[in-house]
This record gives sequence, structure tokens and C-alpha cells, in this order.
Amino acid sequence: MAYRQYMLVCGGTGCESGKSDEIYKRLIAEADAQGVKDAVQIVKTGCFGFCEKGPIVKVLPEESFYVEVKPDDAKEIIAEQAVKGREVKRLLYDKSTRKSNNKIDDIEFYQKQFRIVLRNCGVINPENIEEYIARDGYAALEKALFQMKGEDVIAELKTAGLRGRGGAGFPTWLKWDLTRKAPGDVKYIICNADEGDPGAYMDRSTIEGDPHSVLEAMALAGYAIGSNKGYVYIRAEYPLAIDRLKIAIAQAKEYGLLGDDILGSGFSFDVEIRLGAGAFVCGEETALMRSLEGNRGMPVPKPPFPAISGLWKKPTVINNVETLANIPVIITKGGAWFAKIGTEKSTGTKVFALTGKVNNSGLVEVPMGTTLREIIFDIGGGIRGGKKFKGVQTGGPSGGIIVEKDLDAPISYESLAALGSMMGSGGMIVMDEDDCVVDVSKFYMEFCVDESCGKCAPCRIGTNQMHDILDRITKGKGEEADLARLERIGKAMTKASLCMLGGSAANPTLSTIRHFREEYLAHIRDKKCLTGKCKDLVTYSIDPSKCIGCTLCAKKCPVPCIAGERKQAHVIDASRCVKCGECYAVCKFGAVVKN
Amino acid sequence: MAKMTLEQLRKLREEKKRDIERRETEGKEIRIIVGMGTCGIAAGARVAFDAILAAVERHGIGASVVLAQTGCMGLCHVEPTVEVLVPGMPDTIYGKVDAAIATKIVDRHVVARALVNEHIYDRPAADIIRN
Repeated sequence: MAYRQYMLVCGGTGCESGKSDEIYKRLIAEADAQGVKDAVQIVKTGCFGFCEKGPIVKVLPEESFYVEVKPDDAKEIIAEQAVKGREVKRLLYDKSTRKSNNKIDDIEFYQKQFRIVLRNCGVINPENIEEYIARDGYAALEKALFQMKGEDVIAELKTAGLRGRGGAGFPTWLKWDLTRKAPGDVKYIICNADEGDPGAYMDRSTIEGDPHSVLEAMALAGYAIGSNKGYVYIRAEYPLAIDRLKIAIAQAKEYGLLGDDILGSGFSFDVEIRLGAGAFVCGEETALMRSLEGNRGMPVPKPPFPAISGLWKKPTVINNVETLANIPVIITKGGAWFAKIGTEKSTGTKVFALTGKVNNSGLVEVPMGTTLREIIFDIGGGIRGGKKFKGVQTGGPSGGIIVEKDLDAPISYESLAALGSMMGSGGMIVMDEDDCVVDVSKFYMEFCVDESCGKCAPCRIGTNQMHDILDRITKGKGEEADLARLERIGKAMTKASLCMLGGSAANPTLSTIRHFREEYLAHIRDKKCLTGKCKDLVTYSIDPSKCIGCTLCAKKCPVPCIAGERKQAHVIDASRCVKCGECYAVCKFGAVVKN
Repeated sequence: MAKMTLEQLRKLREEKKRDIERRETEGKEIRIIVGMGTCGIAAGARVAFDAILAAVERHGIGASVVLAQTGCMGLCHVEPTVEVLVPGMPDTIYGKVDAAIATKIVDRHVVARALVNEHIYDRPAADIIRN
């Protein structure tokens, strides 16, 4: 007997850390206990993208969208919805609206999204190849193997206008074409799953939710360029994605969709997983290949490009996860269909990991040409706590800050570059009025200092120098000439570094200086950090005329360094204050003053 | 599963497609909703539901039909109740639906587009909140 109801439990890392696995197991146990195990199918699926409200359980075909579900809710969900057909109202996303408003299509978070890469995330069970096949999975490979030549596959990508989603935006078809034409009988395909930007998790979620889309695309690439071997280079700190990928590879081999003589076509393709130790520089393609070969992960000068001399000096195509996940859809639906989505030069969609001070952080896929304002304010639901928007960092430590006045620019590779940032892999960190740009720049520079491989001087020395200057400014020891120094070192690094790690490391600092010079000057001249993030520049005191002596601040002070009798004005001992800001946050009378 | 041939892959895809289609709601215009409150279940709503599911399968119309369950519609005296929403046809509630009537509803109402007059109970109440 077929199932009459489906419960999809999010199995992404975010929801798993919220015990979604336990929810999944409890739902199964409850369905069994309550005698409906043959009526309701419980599926663990990939990330729904709405991580802010996880763990998520979606019930179909009723489309009930449950958020922040706990293992103990399993009993009620089964008893109410599976047995009696009633929704568990208290778990619905928006309880204030009627039932019909809780359909997934009605949630604002999803309204502006258009899912190609994430087409199967939150829909199928990523550990079951048959569900992928049912959603037109491996139809692209089938089409290519039996109806297309290698050139045709590449021509389709050219029509589609797909560009690399790892950040630089190099045309994918050209990469494939160059590798195809490169002399040599052994060629390789690499999937770059070494996602390392702070705050970015698009690729992890894609592999966790739909690993076969990546494998199918790698086989397509192999067919197109004449390669029989692919590697997925993925960081070891993504255990769930690795597990799902292993299962997917085993299943694809079992079904004859990877391995020798795929579907009797005579084409063979095999994929292996290689684990990276989690160095940011290994996301750079030449460093990645050195690491894959078993050497220390350090970039080498280009040219020669990987298309000519890549892995073990053989012609190699190296594509990022998101780029690959687009490809099966392009082959089945046609390049012309894909090219209609997005803007003229940046076609298709882009996945962003929206984090920071927004209400709905999560995974978002939008057509290119969508504005940042739409992403942050419509999809993201605006700034948390009604605070004022300050800027958004795209491209992580390689990108720049984009400010209020530029929010209406439609997103494309060109427009973001023109704004002094970059597309990057898709991390998008939103900052509000409480974030200090100097502090943020210092954070990113610290990351680059740690992650610089040290091979070339501009990056190794430049990141350290810039970090020291930024650190000095946050401690009130900066001088006005420091800004010019930062700009000068930054420019040298941008020009002279061996790879893009150093070449883009100065971007956050340079873009914040451009947009927030006054804030830097306030740190330097007035020794003030208006947001209070730079602790050395802040002092807290209590205004005796406003303090009513409620003792709350004294109770909260971790030192404690606040003294005063009940109903008497309190005093902060500045010499012992650790500047945690707790007293400022808890005072209901505005008596604590931050300077 | 041994290695597949092209034909086997296509066959598997078609089979599984029907399974997964039932999960999807996008682009489906016809909705059949079965009242599955305690009263409905006691009166045999499960049997009716399964009969509808089987009939939908038999006609191969799973891609355009959403078959959902809901709580008590308030018509406990004529349970099991089945609400059928087909574009271009009046919204209809059928009462006292057993397996045979359920099959008839799919054959006649959904496929042949003719109301099953003898079992109509009511039309759905106007949605006063939405309108």
C-alpha cells in the first residue's frame, strides 16, 4: 500500500545539531507505536535553508511547516497529524495566521527564491538514490551518453552562460573546452568542496541534501572532456556531507551509474573522496591539487593553468560544488532555458548563506539580478531587534563591505566587483549599528594571517603588517598616517600575491576605509569606538542623577567592580572594569554611560 | 540492485516518479481532502482514503491530484466526508463515503468531470476569513 502522508525531517548539519536525528527516530518509533507506520513515510532530507527556525519538519501533502521542533514533539505530531489529520498549531511557523498561510509558498522567506542548485534539498532523502532518480536524476547523464557528443555538452554550457560559483566567475564551458582540447590521454575532474569562508555553508548543504547532483555533474564533465576519474576534495570537518557522499558513491556504483561501462554506453567514470585538513588556502585550485597529491597545500604560479597541467601535471577540470550542481539541470532543460534566468552576463541563480544580524538567517537561492535589499530585508526579514543596517560583507575575508546606498544594485559578478566587493562563494554576513568596522576588518585580517600559507612575501608579511596596524588602531594607538599605510600595503598585496588569498585579503579593510573613514578617524583621533566593540577605547560610568540604586548592574557584573548601597547611586571602579558591557545592557534607566 | 541498463533506469525513474509526485503540491490543481477526525476514522475514513489513493494510482493522475487529510469538518453525522476541489467544477463535499463511493468519486467526478449526484452532501462553507 502506498503512503498517504510524508514527513520530511531536515537532516542538515544545523538541524542535526538541534537533535533532528532524534526527532526522526522518535517519529518513526511513534508511527510504529501508534499503528500508522504503513500510512506515513518519514524521510530524512537535506537542508530546507530556513536554518534560523530549525529543526524543521514538513508534512506533505498538507504542507504543514513546523519549526523549532523538539524530540518530545514527535508523539504529538504523529498522534495529531498522522492519526487524526489535524495540524499541531503550536509548532506551525506563524501561529497568528490561518492554516492556509502556513503553506511553504506563503512564507516570505521562500517567496523570492528560485531553486535550481537546491532543487532537491528538503525534498528527497539524500541517502536514497532512487528518490534522486525519480526527480529526473541521472537523466542528464543518460541524455549526454546516448544523444550528445562531448562537444555538445560543452556547447550547451556555453549557451547557458554558466560561470564558476566559487567566486571568480570564470565561464565553465571555457574551462571544460580548454581541458578537452589539451593534449594528453589521462585527464581528471575535481570537485572543489573545500568551502572555507567564515559564515559560508552553501556547498556543505548542497552535498548533504543532494550529493548525487554533484556526482552526476562530475560524470558529465568526464564524458565531455574525456576523463575517467574524478575526485571530490572535501574538508574533514564536514563529516555529515562526507558520509552522505560516501553512501551516494556506493549507491551510484551499485546501480551502474558510476564505474565501468555506465548504462552500457562504453563510458566509464569513477569518483573518489579526498579529505582536506581544513586549510583555507586549499580552496585555491593549485594549492588544492598539491594537497590532493599528498603534498603541502601551497599554491603555484599560473600559468600553466589546470586545464593544461593540473593534478599530477595532467589536464584537469576543477569546479566548485555549486557550479556542478547546476549542470544536470542545464543538460536536461537546455542551456537556453538557464540563460533566461538571471542577468545577461550573470545567468542562473546564486546560493547565499545569509548570516549575521538578520532575522531569518539561512540558505537562500535567488536569481542573479535580485538586489541585496530584497535578500536582506524581504527574504532575511530585516535586521534583528529593529536595529539600523550598517553593511553587508559578501565574499567573506576576500570580499568587501556593501553599504546602505548600494543595496539596490542587482547582484551579478560585475556589479559586486564594481562596488569593491566580490561574489565570492556566497557567504553574506549582515552587520548592524552595533558592529565596529575596524574590529570586523581586524577579525578578517586575523583569519588571513592564520590561513596564509607563507609561500609568498606579499601575503605572509602584508597580512601581518596590516593586522598589526589594525590592532593598534583598535587599542587607541593608531595615527592618521596608518590609513595611508594600510592602503599602500593593501594595494601591494593585491597586485603581487601569488594567489587570491593574499590578492584579496586587503579587501575588507580597504572597503571599510573607503566607506567608513570617519569611523577609523574616530578611533585614531578621538580614541573612541562608538559601538563599544573595541574594549580598550570604551569606559563605562554611572550617571548618579539617573541611577535609582536597583542593584541590577552590580548583580550582573562578573568582576564584580560595581559598588553601591540599595537605593543609592552606584559607582563603577574603572580600574578593574573588564568592559564586558553587561551593566550597560541590563540598566533599565539609561544610567550606565558608555564613552 | 545489479548494474542497470538504460531501459532499467528509465523504468525505475517512471516507477519512482509516481511515488515522489504524491509528495509534491506545486502545479497540482485538483485537491481531494478526506476528513480524518476521530469521527471520520471511526466511520471508515481510512478505507475511503485508501480507495481514493488506489483509484488515483489506477488512473495515473497522481501528477495533478493532491490527496490530503484534514481534521473533522464538523459533519460528524455523515462521516466519512470527502471534499473535492476540481477547477471548473463546483466545490463539493461528499458524505458517508465508503470504498465503493470513493472509487466512484475519482472515476466520475475527477476523471469524467461529472458530479456523483446521489452522494453529494453539501458544498464547502464560504471561507469568511479569506474572503
